[in-house]
Amino acid sequence: MKLTLRVWRQKNADTKGKMVKYHLDDVDEDMSFLEMLDVLNEKLTLDDEDPVSFDHDCREGICGSCAMVINGVPHGPQKNTTTCQLHMRHFSDGDTIDVEPWRARAFPVIKDLVTDRSAFDQIIQSGGYVSVNTGSAPDAHATPVDKVSADDAFDAATCIGCGACVAACPNGSSMLFTAAKVTHLGLLPQGQPERATRAINMLAKQDELDFGGCTNVGACAEVCPKGIPLASISRLNHDVLGATLSGARAD
Amino acid sequence: MSELQQEPTATQGEGRYALGEPIADDRSPDSPIGDRWDDRKFSARLVNPANRRKMSVIVVGTGLAGGAAAATLGEAGYHVKSFCFQDTPRRAHSIAAQGGINAAKNYRNDGDSVHRLFYDTVKGGDFRSRESNVHRLAENSLNIIDQCVAQGVPFAREYSGLLDTRSFGGTQVSRTFYARGQTGQQLLLGAYSALERQVAAGTVEMHPRTEMLDLIVVDGRARGIVTRNVLTGEIETYTADTVVLCTGGYGNVYYLSTNAKGSNVTAAWRAHRRGALFANPCYTQIHPTCIPVSGDYQSKLTLMSESLRNDGRVWVPKERGDQRPPNEIPEDERDYYLERQYPAFGNLVPRDIASRAAKNMCDAEYGVGPGGLGVYLDFSDAIERLGRHAVEAKYGNLFEMYQRITGDDPYQVPMRIYPAIHYTMGGLWVDYDLRSTIPGLFVGGEANFSDHGANRLGASALMQGLSDGYFILPTTVADYLADAPFEPVGDDHPAVVEAVESTRERIDKLLSANGNRTVDSFHRELGQLVWDQCGMARSKEGLEKALDRIPSLREEFWRDVKIVGTGDGLNQSLEKAGRVADFMELAELMCLDALHREESCGGHFRVEHQTEDGEAARDDENFSYVAAWEWGGDGHGGRPTLHKEDLDFSYVHPSQRSYK
Ligand SMILES: Cc1cc2nc3c(=O)[nH]c(=O)nc-3n(C[C@H](O)[C@H](O)[C@H](O)COP(=O)(O)OP(=O)(O)OC[C@H]3O[C@@H](n4cnc5c(N)ncnc54)[C@H](O)[C@@H]3O)c2cc1C
Ligand code: SF4
Ligand code: FES
Repeated sequence: MKLTLRVWRQKNADTKGKMVKYHLDDVDEDMSFLEMLDVLNEKLTLDDEDPVSFDHDCREGICGSCAMVINGVPHGPQKNTTTCQLHMRHFSDGDTIDVEPWRARAFPVIKDLVTDRSAFDQIIQSGGYVSVNTGSAPDAHATPVDKVSADDAFDAATCIGCGACVAACPNGSSMLFTAAKVTHLGLLPQGQPERATRAINMLAKQDELDFGGCTNVGACAEVCPKGIPLASISRLNHDVLGATLSGARAD
Repeated sequence: MSELQQEPTATQGEGRYALGEPIADDRSPDSPIGDRWDDRKFSARLVNPANRRKMSVIVVGTGLAGGAAAATLGEAGYHVKSFCFQDTPRRAHSIAAQGGINAAKNYRNDGDSVHRLFYDTVKGGDFRSRESNVHRLAENSLNIIDQCVAQGVPFAREYSGLLDTRSFGGTQVSRTFYARGQTGQQLLLGAYSALERQVAAGTVEMHPRTEMLDLIVVDGRARGIVTRNVLTGEIETYTADTVVLCTGGYGNVYYLSTNAKGSNVTAAWRAHRRGALFANPCYTQIHPTCIPVSGDYQSKLTLMSESLRNDGRVWVPKERGDQRPPNEIPEDERDYYLERQYPAFGNLVPRDIASRAAKNMCDAEYGVGPGGLGVYLDFSDAIERLGRHAVEAKYGNLFEMYQRITGDDPYQVPMRIYPAIHYTMGGLWVDYDLRSTIPGLFVGGEANFSDHGANRLGASALMQGLSDGYFILPTTVADYLADAPFEPVGDDHPAVVEAVESTRERIDKLLSANGNRTVDSFHRELGQLVWDQCGMARSKEGLEKALDRIPSLREEFWRDVKIVGTGDGLNQSLEKAGRVADFMELAELMCLDALHREESCGGHFRVEHQTEDGEAARDDENFSYVAAWEWGGDGHGGRPTLHKEDLDFSYVHPSQRSYK
């Protein structure tokens, strides 16, 4: 198929970017979206033009590297699908496709489609773990975990840290990302001792960074490629409320 | 390392390499095998906690091995500098592992034990691994599961609340722990959270988007690395008392593989050029169940987890070139060839055997799909037996992934699969302490030549990465640091200046070629060549052909590669070019290693060496050794030198592997 692409080109963080139009004549419907961009980049290189920079690694929907707003939607039109797993069979001959980076204050553009998402690591640093040192663990069967909690914890733990939730949110809030981690650990017995402090510390951290507040818009869960449900945000709020009532404070 | 400079015999690639002194793993204690690791831990020196902060460790790589090592060394109080090329440590390639992680917990009481896991791994590796290391791996497997559960890794559980397990290829017990089809992700996020906890505690300094381009060796000791900041292009140096490489495998030498796009050999290869021996480079693993190639734009291959072979049945039509859709081919016109050829293990034979069987079927023109390069993996029986719901619970995300990529629904039609490069058993040579031949340089995870011999069993890489990272490196690195801190190394030290200058020169040379071909076009050509001649089946003739072609391809690459832009900022073509340049050198050593190893074992199948019924024919008399190669220098005069480490089997008697 033939496609017209309009791609955000921005040289670096200090320069202004713009949409640039490219034409591709021979796109196969079995190509992935990134393979289509590979073809564009091969062409640009041979034409002596700077290829489009974009983050990617696994191309299997699991590392969370790829991050593009496609026709206005983070990760594009297919539900529960990362950019790298989106295939061209979902587009038609003659389409014009807009490709832009995540747009959020907390994720500044570095170049073209590449943004800086290191704020997510800082949120995890503020409490997204169980404080257990290597070598100090009891036997794995010492603490049974009921299957339903284990499965629900797993579902929340599948967050890939891509940041689509932030990009989709009109406030640029990282609530769904933070809630996914709080839910994962909060559902397991291993996560209980730090449950209250974890929730308030992580929330305090995200507020301190450039993320916006959550006003229950729900756009995050709509675009999340891993289907993290909006309900996890209520869970986070519940943990924060419980923590505050019990007098815990962020440290 | 001094050389004897003997000429190898004519059958083993005459004139292409020299024979050096044998090497020995001199750190494995002599005690009975079950006591060795305890003895080594006891003899390892300890560092006073008050002094640890003054001692620094560079850990390159944040996958399971590097992430776990950096976190644990940080917890112990050392000053750790951690590096990865991705934008965050959580995206290391380990994240993509699907099927599971082995441990000899024997929770099912099905006859498993440390000894059985040890035995299965040595046998699975086709008797080309080191007994001491494998035994330790099996011992550590127990603690790994405990550690991960304590971190909150949400493994699959049964209704009893206890951990669930599944079976993997090459074993008859159920010892694979899993988190749906995303075990690597969950284990890595566990290690990542431990790492970030140490970043917050100030013991670990994290350097993402930073690529190691050279190793700094001062007075014979590894003391630092040269890096390029991927965002600014700045060439920087970091020094420390010791350097640990956990930089993953080199499967991307084939261009198409199941590895993440960024996976590369550069860190290991640069260390090799600085004196670290590279062991068994020709031992590469081809995974039997991957989604076949769909076109020449293909950028990577996607694995369908081996766990699928628990319930999926592999078949091809009995009739050559049968064009009917699979669902219209009646039961008695299907050849379930694995069940037929290997009745004891059936669809669960080890990977090398399953891959070769698929290739043989396709070579004999029974293959299905475009180009006849595919076989069916069919779940209809399992769906009938267990119900769609149960199949979905086990494999749901894999089925979805398959459908997303191919557009076909595996609940309705069988999957089409074909083997693909997946893992590399070869890597930097290490002793029992995971020390390379450069003092102060440790290597963990897939980057070392590892515990898997000539073939790795499924679900054992995650186990090895975490065993190295959580348990072995923290002990052996500490032992080495008992002699530290060493004299600080300044930026003006001649070794540092030389390493920085040669890194700059390479980058300038790549940028100034300004030729006519893209980096990917060279990478594809190299990959195809290595796949054809040093892939699933290898021959003397083909390997010699490759060895003649690679140097000229390399020369063309340096002359004709085209990279747009400069080195001063983010330039992804430049990053790729540096990696491809190193793959070009590695490929030659792989082919040489494959040519010299005149036997078939595990993933290394030489067509000249097979039994009557087409199985690998090992030659224990002549090849029961690790081939550790010393860098021969640039140019045509430089020949690598082969150092052999003899393998000794006192606990598992080498036999022909039989899965019939
Ligand atoms: C699709 C797939 C599925 C798999 N499934 C399983 C499974 O179910 N069970 C199992 O046991 N094994 C599985 N494996 C194998 C297993 O995932 C890997 O062998 C293992 O994760 C490797 O871990 P590692 O820590 O050694 O390296 P990696 O996870 O590859 O990490 C390498 C690290 O090194 C860094 N790095 C590399 N080069 C440089 C450089 N030059 N400078 C700076 N940093 C660098 C990277 O940034 C990264 O952080 C699978 C592999 C694949 C490809
Ligand atoms: S919650 Fe979903 S959208 Fe947000 S980072 Fe995680 S996976 Fe991405
Ligand atoms: S490239 Fe890894 S999720 Fe898309």
